[in-house]
Amino acid sequence: MANYLIKRILMLIPLLLGITLITFTVIHLAPGEPVEMQTAMSPKASAASRARLREFYGLDKPLPVQYGMWLSNLSRLDFGRSFAPDNRPVLDKIKERIPITISLNVIALILEFGLALPIGIMAAVHRDTLLDRAISVFVFVGFAVPTFWLALLCMYLFGVKLAWLPISGIHSLGSDQWSFFWRSADLARHLVLPIAIATFGSLAGLSRYMRSTMIEVLSQDYITTARAKGVRERVVIYRHALKNALLPVITLLGFSLPALIGGSVIFETIFSIPGMGQLFYQGVMARDYPLVMGILVIGACLTLIGNLLADLCYALADPRIRHGRG
Amino acid sequence: MRDQVSSPYREFWQRFTSNRFATAGLVVIVVLFLLSLAAALVTPYSPDTIDAWHVLLPPSASHWFGTDELGRDVFTRVVYGARVSLKVGFVAVGIAVVIGTVIGLFAGFYGGWIDSVLMRLVDIMLCFPTFFLILAVIAMLEPSIWYIMVIIGLTGWMGVARLVRAEVLSLKSRDFILAARVLGASDLRIIFRHILPNALSPVLVSATLGVAGAILTESALSFLGIGVQPPTPSWGNILTSGKDYIEFAWWLSLFPGVAILVTVLSYNLVGEGIRDALDPRRQ
Repeated sequence: MANYLIKRILMLIPLLLGITLITFTVIHLAPGEPVEMQTAMSPKASAASRARLREFYGLDKPLPVQYGMWLSNLSRLDFGRSFAPDNRPVLDKIKERIPITISLNVIALILEFGLALPIGIMAAVHRDTLLDRAISVFVFVGFAVPTFWLALLCMYLFGVKLAWLPISGIHSLGSDQWSFFWRSADLARHLVLPIAIATFGSLAGLSRYMRSTMIEVLSQDYITTARAKGVRERVVIYRHALKNALLPVITLLGFSLPALIGGSVIFETIFSIPGMGQLFYQGVMARDYPLVMGILVIGACLTLIGNLLADLCYALADPRIRHGRG
Repeated sequence: MRDQVSSPYREFWQRFTSNRFATAGLVVIVVLFLLSLAAALVTPYSPDTIDAWHVLLPPSASHWFGTDELGRDVFTRVVYGARVSLKVGFVAVGIAVVIGTVIGLFAGFYGGWIDSVLMRLVDIMLCFPTFFLILAVIAMLEPSIWYIMVIIGLTGWMGVARLVRAEVLSLKSRDFILAARVLGASDLRIIFRHILPNALSPVLVSATLGVAGAILTESALSFLGIGVQPPTPSWGNILTSGKDYIEFAWWLSLFPGVAILVTVLSYNLVGEGIRDALDPRRQ
């Protein structure tokens, strides 16, 4: 197990380097410079002051040198300063936005697994019945619904027509005066729609996946054996089959992270939630290079960590890896 | 007598059409193609003509899907928007399939350090939240439909690469490859003439599902205002104005969304249908 862990962590190093290299290349291949964005606003900016700005941000140096500088700063967790007028350190800006995005995604992920696994199991156990068909239809439609459109419809229905739920932001106006309990209730009310939509977005894929792994496991010989020796069907399904069907699902947990984080741009923008996705969108629109690069790197690292955790869970769950074979 | 001859293609077709959902999906896709090609014949309106006297009209006999905030016919714009969506879907997936196939072929065939390097590249690309990456690049460039297609393609090839690599690994030790080698075929000839055609069927499935994904991505980008730029209609950017007028004009939000839903659903059904038809065991 320790060997496996060390091997797995050493493998992260080339991946981390690759992530930074791709991030850097992507941003610097694009035409247009951030300095132009800043000086375009002020016609008084002379060629000389432009050059000073370029020098200040290190944009006058050759690209490999810039990459080296950026990388060595990154290794000290210095993501540079934002190009935005506030000029604050990128890391600070990201730090205050990350908790809301992560908690939204974690809640959505928990709900997603809590709903998708039973749905998938049910569909697999009742394979080819009316129930399975109905679930299939739901899954296919769920796959095809654009998240942002669903958000739009829900905003209209629950926010405008029925006026049950707030549709933008995470606090009501003046809520900072309220007691802790009411503030929490207010926050929860604001998050119902975004979380429901984030959950729905990935529910379909996971339940479909659960169905197919479950069907595969149920066709194995040892399941037939268990049934033949008279084990009750419930025990066969929940004790014998489920354990093995869950293994591949753990890996999927890691894989679903990039989609979730990427999706946060959409619903954070729609619902005006001050999270990382919204920050990224604003940064991209303002060509705030250090901020965009910082979020790309951190987003990819979050995925990396998610994958690592998923692999560790897998290793813990699978005795072949746990005992150093495999 | 002719009916008894059974070629693999005919068998495939029979299995595919025996799946009602997949067939329905295929029909929808074909109809959409015809509609978008014959857009000018289908509707009497032009997608860009502004009509200040007929602003935000609800659906009626003369405007099936109503009109938008500039008096343009929404049905017309949805039909023209189909062109954008279908074009983006196909070109983006074409790019992804070509890149993914080439990388998968070389990684699987040569193995060793080439395989390690290429597969690490796949791992790295899979770490990025794709939508972040696409957003970053598109906003740095001028938004245009061509950039969108290229970038969706460049960020979507990893799955294909893994699929093709796995196929190559199982193919390259087969006898017919050995035979080709004994006959003196070059590596490139073996890769592209002998391995590629046999590795393509799983790619077909993933490409069909990929078209659906690309259409969703394009519509989300256009919705955020960094995809297809107005006045060119796309399903995503019609929804942007739908959002602004949602309190007064539900039709502006409903129809383009249904168009996306139905199109993506059809591609997914066809993709699943192809998968089942290629592999009779899954039936």
